[in-house]
Order: sequence, then C-alpha cells, then structure tokens
Amino acid sequence: MNNTYYNPADLAKFGKISELQPEMGRKFFDYYEEVFKEGALTEREKALIALAVSHAVQCPYCIDAYSSECLQKGADENQMMEAVHVAAAIKGGAALVHGVQMMNKIKELTM
Amino acid sequence: MGSTVKSLQGQHHELADSSFQLKVLQAPSRQGNRFPDFAMQLQTHDLYPLQPTGTTILQVNVGKMCNQTCRHCHVDAGPDRKEIMTRDTMQLCLDALQLSPQITTVDLTGGAPEMNPDFRWFVEELSKLGRQVIVRCNLTIILANKKYHDLPAFFRQHSVHVVSSLPYFQASRTDAQRGDGVFEKSVKALQLLNGVGYGMEGSGLLLDLVYNPSGAFLPGSQASLEAEFRRRLRGGYQIEFNSLFCITNLPVSRYLDYLVQSGNYDSYMEKLINAFNPVAAAGVMCRNTVSVGWDGYLYDCDFNQMLDLKVAHGAPQHIRDFDATALDQRDIVLNQHCYGCTAGAGSSCGGETVK
Repeated sequence: MNNTYYNPADLAKFGKISELQPEMGRKFFDYYEEVFKEGALTEREKALIALAVSHAVQCPYCIDAYSSECLQKGADENQMMEAVHVAAAIKGGAALVHGVQMMNKIKELTM
Repeated sequence: MGSTVKSLQGQHHELADSSFQLKVLQAPSRQGNRFPDFAMQLQTHDLYPLQPTGTTILQVNVGKMCNQTCRHCHVDAGPDRKEIMTRDTMQLCLDALQLSPQITTVDLTGGAPEMNPDFRWFVEELSKLGRQVIVRCNLTIILANKKYHDLPAFFRQHSVHVVSSLPYFQASRTDAQRGDGVFEKSVKALQLLNGVGYGMEGSGLLLDLVYNPSGAFLPGSQASLEAEFRRRLRGGYQIEFNSLFCITNLPVSRYLDYLVQSGNYDSYMEKLINAFNPVAAAGVMCRNTVSVGWDGYLYDCDFNQMLDLKVAHGAPQHIRDFDATALDQRDIVLNQHCYGCTAGAGSSCGGETVK
C-alpha cells in the first residue's frame, strides 16, 4: 500500500476502473471521448476548461493530465494561467456570495 | 550572428556518440521495464520487414553547420560543426537523379543548408533537372549576414518550396527551443518571404511552417494548430503561410539529451509507445524517401543518418552507387526512435501522415 493517497503512476491506470464495472466504465469513457472532440468549442478551448475545472475540483491527476493536454493543443502559458484564475474567481466568488446569506442571518438575529 | 552554444560534439558529450545514443534507446526504464521492441510492434501489425513503397523523394543533408544551436536538434548542428557536402558529392546526387526520373522531389536540409558554399549552385542544377526543390530554411539565416539577405529572391527565382521551423507563435517557447531572439528574427524573415510572394495566395510560391513541440509533449492536431498559428501570425504580425506541418520530436541527439537531463525520457517514450498507430506506421516517410548524408552515404531517413544507421547491407551504400530499383528492395533499418514517427496521427518531414 502507498503511504500517500495520490500516486502519479495511477493516472495511467485510469482505464482500469472498468475492470470492476465494465459496462458503466465503457459508457463513461465513450462519453468522455465524445465530450473532448472538436465541436462548437475547439479541442484547445475544451482542454482549457478542463484545466480550470481540474483546479476547482483540486484533482492532481487532472491537473497533470490537462497541463500536458493544453500544451499539446497549443495553448499558451497566459491562457492556462487565466483559466486557473477563472477557477479561482468562481471558487472565491462562491465562498464570498455566501456572505449575503451571512448578512441575512445577521439582520435576522440582531436589533 | 550565430549561436555561441556548443554542439554536443563540441562539448565532447557522451551523447555525441551515436552508439551511446543507441545504448540509451535500448536500455530499460528507470523502473527496470523494457520498452516494447519497435520491430516487434510492426510484426504484430504485419508491417515487418518494413519496405519501401517506391522512392519519390531524395532528402539531401548538405552539412551540419548551422547559425543556430536548437535544443531539440537531432543533427546536433551548430556553428562549430564543419561537416559539409562537397560539390563533387552534390554532382553524384545530380547524376543519381538523372538516372531516377521517379524521384520528383529533392529535399535539402542541414544544418542551415544555405551555409554550404555550393548551396546555390546545387539548387540551380536541381532546378535545371526539373525537380521540385524543398529547402528547410531556419529563417534566421536570411538575416544572419548580408550575403544571405537575397535568399528570398533566390528561392523565388527557382520556385523553391520553403519549409521553415517555427515552434510557436510567441517568443517564449520559440526562443526556449531555438535560442534567444530567434522568434523576432523569424518574424522578420517570414515578412521578407511574404514580401517576395511566399505564402501569398495565387503566387504559387509555397511557404510551409514546421511545428515541433518545445518540450516533452506530443504535437496536437495539425489542423487545429494550423488554424491557431494562422490566426496568431496574421493577427499579430501580418504573416501568411500555406500549411503547418506538425513534427514529433524524436529521441535522438540533443532532444534525447534534453529528455534525459530533464528526467522526461521514460515518460516520453511511454507517450510515444502508447500512441503507436499502425496506420501511421504504414505511412512512414522512409517508405518513399532516401536520405543522403554530407559524405554521400545513404540512409533510410535523416534520423537514422544521425544515428549512423546506414541502409541495410545488400542495398547500395553510397550515392555514387545509387540505384533506386535496388534500394526499393531493401528492408528499412529500425530502432526504438522510430516510435516518434508512428505516434498519433504520425510524423514525417511533411507533417502528419494520417489524413
């Protein structure tokens, strides 16, 4: 057993999740492949969105995979960091917007 | 202008020795795992032995001298390399071409091919033979010295197809790979080429760009990168070009050194192997190309040339004995670096091989 929860070598084993549930695994990976194909959004734009989401969900595997993917798709460093800021803004904003809830509660409880 | 960075050979680096490079390519990973043998992969897909489909391109490396010392260069070219093709050897190439009308294209590479003192004579003679001439121009050579400033006009005069490396549409990654200031000079050179008609619609003068990733990753889709390059180069610098060729970096010479030094060698080989595509393997460029070294020896490709892997025994070994029919019967010499040409959509000097 590893003495850390995350092992970089596990990223390459992602496909093995199908071993215990082949049908759902297959459906997931088919869907995954379809999602990242060039469509109304380019492959590069999708990779940048995935990079931002990877940071928002704080998934080290995804950050590893989509940093490489963004480089491969031709994204530049500024675009990649701006994507991370989008994630940070949404995460930060999500925390802050709850401040309104706090303010409502203050109003409710105070004279 | 010229790079002051020494070649691996100039540094007496162990990777300057092709037999040491082959040793690295054959070695197991740091975890002790053996990488699957390339020839065995081809066998699995009924492509072994790999044989030519008919030679139509002669790629001639006219020397290793270059004004740049790019970090990914598989030739280990640079200002300190003195290997240069002589006019006598060029004449042997012309003689071989005269006997081989099926070879319609001559692809000149280096180093910076323009630095060979007989470069212009050779292009003129090739032009007289009526063959399509490709020059792999590194762009900065045009600005390197006054004697090269008229190269765009010279190229136009002989309808040379210009193929130029530009690994990125920004200075950061271009200069990281090719040297400080290279992006700015490349932009100026491209504008000069556009100025005489290269890459401009209706001119018939072809200007293609080559994209090599600046790091340990594979190229993305050629069509998508081409669209992005066009948008950025047109929008930022009013530069026009015809096509973008995506070329995968092969683990040879200075790129191999970069992979080993940066600790990326194992993971890069794994990426190439995992991306092995049998359709790309069937379309590799060594099946329609013969590569000539500066000293006239024959190879299956420019990468094999740099690894000193000459064409198989039994086939003509030197340009003086060139025989296209005999060469078309040979088995192509393979090694682990060949995974670079068979990954994903494939890679060749003309970009992706899977359309």
